[in-house]
Amino acid sequence: MAEAHPVGFQWVMEAKRRGAKVFHVDPRFTRTSAVADSYLPIRAGTDIALLGGVVHYILDNELDFREYVVAYTNAATIVTEEYADTEDMHGLFSGFNDDNATYDQASWRYEGHPQDQTTRDSETQRETAAGLENESHGAPVGGETERDETLQHPRCVYQILKRHFARYTPEMVERVCGIPQEKFLELAHAWTENSGRDRTGMLVYSVGWTQHSVGVQYIRTGAIIQLLLGNVGRPGGGVMALRGHASIQGSTDIPTLFNLLPGYLPMPHHAEHPTLDKWVDSIAHPGQKGFWGNARTYGVNLLKAYWGDAATADNDYCYGYMPRMTGDHGTYQQVLDMIDGKIKGYFLLGQNPAVGSAHGRAQRLGMANLDWLVVRDLFMIESATFWQNAPEIETGEIVPERCRTEVFFLPAASHVEKEGTFTQTQRLLQWREKAVEPPGDARSELWFFYHLGRVIRERLATSTKPRDRALLDLTWDYPTHGPHAEPSAESVLREINGYDVATGRPLASFTEMKDDGSTVGGCWIYTGVYADGVNQAARRKPGSEQSLVAPEWGWAWPANRRILYNRASADPDGNPWSERKRYIWWDADKSEWTGYDVPDFEKTKPPSYRPAHDASGVAGIAGDDPFILQGDGKGWLYAPTGVLDGPMPTHYEPVESPVRNPLYRQQANPTRKVYTHPINTLNPSPPQEHSDVFPYVFTVSRLTEHHTAGAMSRNVSPLAELQPEMFVEVSPELAALRGLSHLGWAHLVTSRAAVEAKVLVTDRVTPLRVDGRIIHQVWLPYHFGFEGLVTGDSANDLFGITLDPNVLIQESKVGTCDVRPGRRPRGQDLVDLVVDYRRRSGNLVHRYPPMVTTDVADSSSDQEA
Amino acid sequence: MPHANALYGPLDPAPDAGYENAPPRMGFFTDTSVCIGCKACEVACKEWNGVPESGLDLLGMSYDNTGALTANSWRHVAFVEQPRSAGWATPAFAGDPDGPAISPATAAVGARTSTDTGTDPGLPTGSPAAAARMSGGPEFLGMPGAQPPGRGSGAEGRTDFRWLMMSDVCKHCTHAACLDVCPTGSLFRTEFGTVVVQEDICNGCGYCISACPYGVIDQRKDDGRAWKCTLCYDRLGVGMTPACAQACPTESIQYGELDELRERAAARVAKLHERGVPEARLYGHDPNDGVGGDGAFFLLLDEPEVYGLPPDPIVTTRDLPAMWKRAGLAAMTMAVATAVAFLGGRR
Repeated sequence: MAEAHPVGFQWVMEAKRRGAKVFHVDPRFTRTSAVADSYLPIRAGTDIALLGGVVHYILDNELDFREYVVAYTNAATIVTEEYADTEDMHGLFSGFNDDNATYDQASWRYEGHPQDQTTRDSETQRETAAGLENESHGAPVGGETERDETLQHPRCVYQILKRHFARYTPEMVERVCGIPQEKFLELAHAWTENSGRDRTGMLVYSVGWTQHSVGVQYIRTGAIIQLLLGNVGRPGGGVMALRGHASIQGSTDIPTLFNLLPGYLPMPHHAEHPTLDKWVDSIAHPGQKGFWGNARTYGVNLLKAYWGDAATADNDYCYGYMPRMTGDHGTYQQVLDMIDGKIKGYFLLGQNPAVGSAHGRAQRLGMANLDWLVVRDLFMIESATFWQNAPEIETGEIVPERCRTEVFFLPAASHVEKEGTFTQTQRLLQWREKAVEPPGDARSELWFFYHLGRVIRERLATSTKPRDRALLDLTWDYPTHGPHAEPSAESVLREINGYDVATGRPLASFTEMKDDGSTVGGCWIYTGVYADGVNQAARRKPGSEQSLVAPEWGWAWPANRRILYNRASADPDGNPWSERKRYIWWDADKSEWTGYDVPDFEKTKPPSYRPAHDASGVAGIAGDDPFILQGDGKGWLYAPTGVLDGPMPTHYEPVESPVRNPLYRQQANPTRKVYTHPINTLNPSPPQEHSDVFPYVFTVSRLTEHHTAGAMSRNVSPLAELQPEMFVEVSPELAALRGLSHLGWAHLVTSRAAVEAKVLVTDRVTPLRVDGRIIHQVWLPYHFGFEGLVTGDSANDLFGITLDPNVLIQESKVGTCDVRPGRRPRGQDLVDLVVDYRRRSGNLVHRYPPMVTTDVADSSSDQEA
Repeated sequence: MPHANALYGPLDPAPDAGYENAPPRMGFFTDTSVCIGCKACEVACKEWNGVPESGLDLLGMSYDNTGALTANSWRHVAFVEQPRSAGWATPAFAGDPDGPAISPATAAVGARTSTDTGTDPGLPTGSPAAAARMSGGPEFLGMPGAQPPGRGSGAEGRTDFRWLMMSDVCKHCTHAACLDVCPTGSLFRTEFGTVVVQEDICNGCGYCISACPYGVIDQRKDDGRAWKCTLCYDRLGVGMTPACAQACPTESIQYGELDELRERAAARVAKLHERGVPEARLYGHDPNDGVGGDGAFFLLLDEPEVYGLPPDPIVTTRDLPAMWKRAGLAAMTMAVATAVAFLGGRR
């Protein structure tokens, strides 16, 4: 965190100053480790084993916050008899389908629940990264469940969890992660000791944690621990994602993703959502409990925001204009489609895939096969100059004279040269003023898209083709100002907030939205940010002049609520768990919820409220169910549906690993998303043969001195000079083993690429003892590319393309490689080197469906089954 | 009449320089125990003061690619990797396998590192022979901290490890030799007690460079003039905090009235001692030291040499009165002797 988020890290230092103990788990000793009280070196890609160890420690020693767990989580809920655990199936859950490597989730459901008919099948969910829809609410389940509050029933979630994590012992943590038991126990002890009635603990992660073939399950494991310890919905608790750059939260709320619409509404699918009714019903699940019952309202308001007066009840609010998904349109599928000539044109906005995305060579070859490419960036980045400067020029794979891609480079305004909002990890929107005019022809994205739309609409103005109606009927009337006709960002914020069509009055809350077309709202969860016609995100009242929650600094969605599910900060009867952690409570005299924050609960629903048997929607949530966006009102220790790779996290080895999975016969995530394409070659892992060709583990991350793919730092001299060259960090042991010398050259080879770097031999990298073997890890920064003041090979070229099945995030934090002294070969020799490695390692490509390794006999696994 | 301590000993420099009603002396307290090595200070300094680039070379000195304070780097964050316990923390690599240390050859490569900072004397190169000798393991040289930054440890027992970071800067000495020797008056004492170069009247003579006991001040090769930290004199004048302190996310660099900073620093050291960090100590805080105390002082976690600081700096003009006295005496003796010789000759 000190390395990638030094400004946020000031608060960790502040906590440390007040006596907090800081633990840091990382494959290499970083600037965070330097000030941590305990540093735990870990083998990259084994975090579920570590966190699973903590779950085991909590359950084994009964250290969970029992009253919280019984009342607020689904620990007591009983699961159907059909469910079978990884314990019974060598690392698979019940319902695995060999044909397409997905789970039929039916056997995971709660006892007595019908099989859900409205949910898409798992394969379609994987194709459309459906897990992202659950970012603001749980997957659909019915509300009424069979419960055993003694937690003794063998099929209650608590017992299932206990059995599932039974083998994640401290010994196993040491064996899998390479973390000595004493150190692991120090961590587990501190975490559990600092949670409960009087204390809460927070889990903070950075997005590298998600970049694994089991990325979603990493976070799930953290969330399970936080639920068991009562650290959710309470002050000082929670799971916080430190995003990779400003407003990544904002770009999922109002998404730049292929499968989502604003407010986590799913992008319509051509087969499953042919009509407006089908679309909204698939979100609302009629008869189901929780706040998503109003999905039709949110959907209609969005359509009204897009198409204004043209959207009427008679034409289903122009639902027919909406584009439809036909499958996977994610960034990696698109790149492979470009290589295959299926995509003609592409927009790149503030993104540099030639450096920043996995498998850089595939990215560059894909872009070199387009008709046109629009790049908007602050600097001339690698993704704009690949056709003349890419490493593939030297190898002859791209010939500048014959590269057909016409690149349009348009200079972009930086964040200080335009106004708008940033949304950070706490869902807090903060308005940013423009500090200076953008230089030269640089313009904001808002300017670009507004005027692009304006010009296209002018060109099509006389068109009578039905296909052009969607464009011509758009509401495209933002006021502009200044010499460059810059659209007003506040007017966009007003539309996002929503307003009453007849009076133009901005809505104060999404509860004011109507589904009859009389209101408009571009993103229902953001409604209220422009309440009373005031830009609430621009509020800057100092913390010293308001309460500790600081509600008048910026604006948080939903409804300016700073902690979600904060009903959980009070006990089931509505009293604070403790004076120290008092936050939201039930005021019996006034018969309402009150406290420091906006209660995340119906204000006057008493703790004693119990829903009628057939109640649905919000009325179906009981007075002591804090998790109001879950169908059963509970925090999910066990996910009966919606998580495609299993109801509970399971340690699988990274797709490329030198180690046989010590926990199960199943080696890697069986449901991972795989792209079978000749360019997507694979390093073998045990039990496959030849895994010794790539014996070392490499991981990549950031340096404080650079930013992501480097455009904003490698082009700026005060930053570039601070880390001026690409380097690789190796331990003294590996340096001796491979003959590497400090500040000499080394190159790393995978079945995709060879990348050279200067060597830093440092004690900060240590070998680990894993399952009786010594495993060497090396670390590289991923900031370098071939443009800018300082240049170097790109670490991400080393990776292949394998994705998590839930949200299609790539595994780009761990892989295997060989490390050789000296510079890499050039030209054809470079190609020959990589080809030779591929030949020696068995010429593998990623296969689909993914390899299931349960049928491979291996004596080293399942010994403890 | 100059102050009795005008050249050595405790002194409040601004009034001594002739400022009437001078504001309180301002300075920096750099608490290295909370430094996270982000280098925001270096960047903020360069941005605000328009300091040019100082070379795009990888130095191999841990994460330090600046190397030293030069005319083109007015803040410098040192990174020191040490095979010793942080004391308050669990041993970093306890229980992990270990093996051979960095080879002598490797250490020698690292030590040969040099970079063209465009300044003179700029960044001194290390001694490959010494580095190779030291890589063999701790060798008692009569000094603590046998390892240069970023170099390896002994062959066995790589359990303990710590990584020290420290943002170095001009010390703004009470007795600033650079200022004392400056023939043009380019270097001057400000009303805040700080020491600033007026670049428009610097004639590039370079006397200040050899006068500085810390090796801070340095010349730009392209224009020949001397440059160093101004403690953001332009910002101080309008009540602003210097750029580096403003940018520091962890309050490692604290700016304020020197008296208040010294109290704060003493309390911080006491607190760290209480928390089991006995190695915490102050550097440059003492008005009785060889430079009369620094305007920019530090809390360190090891001996000053480990960070590349002189252990006992003494203002190079300390002995000026004595030297002049002796020179005068010698001249007088000579004159007397000559006179005696002539007188004697006449006899």
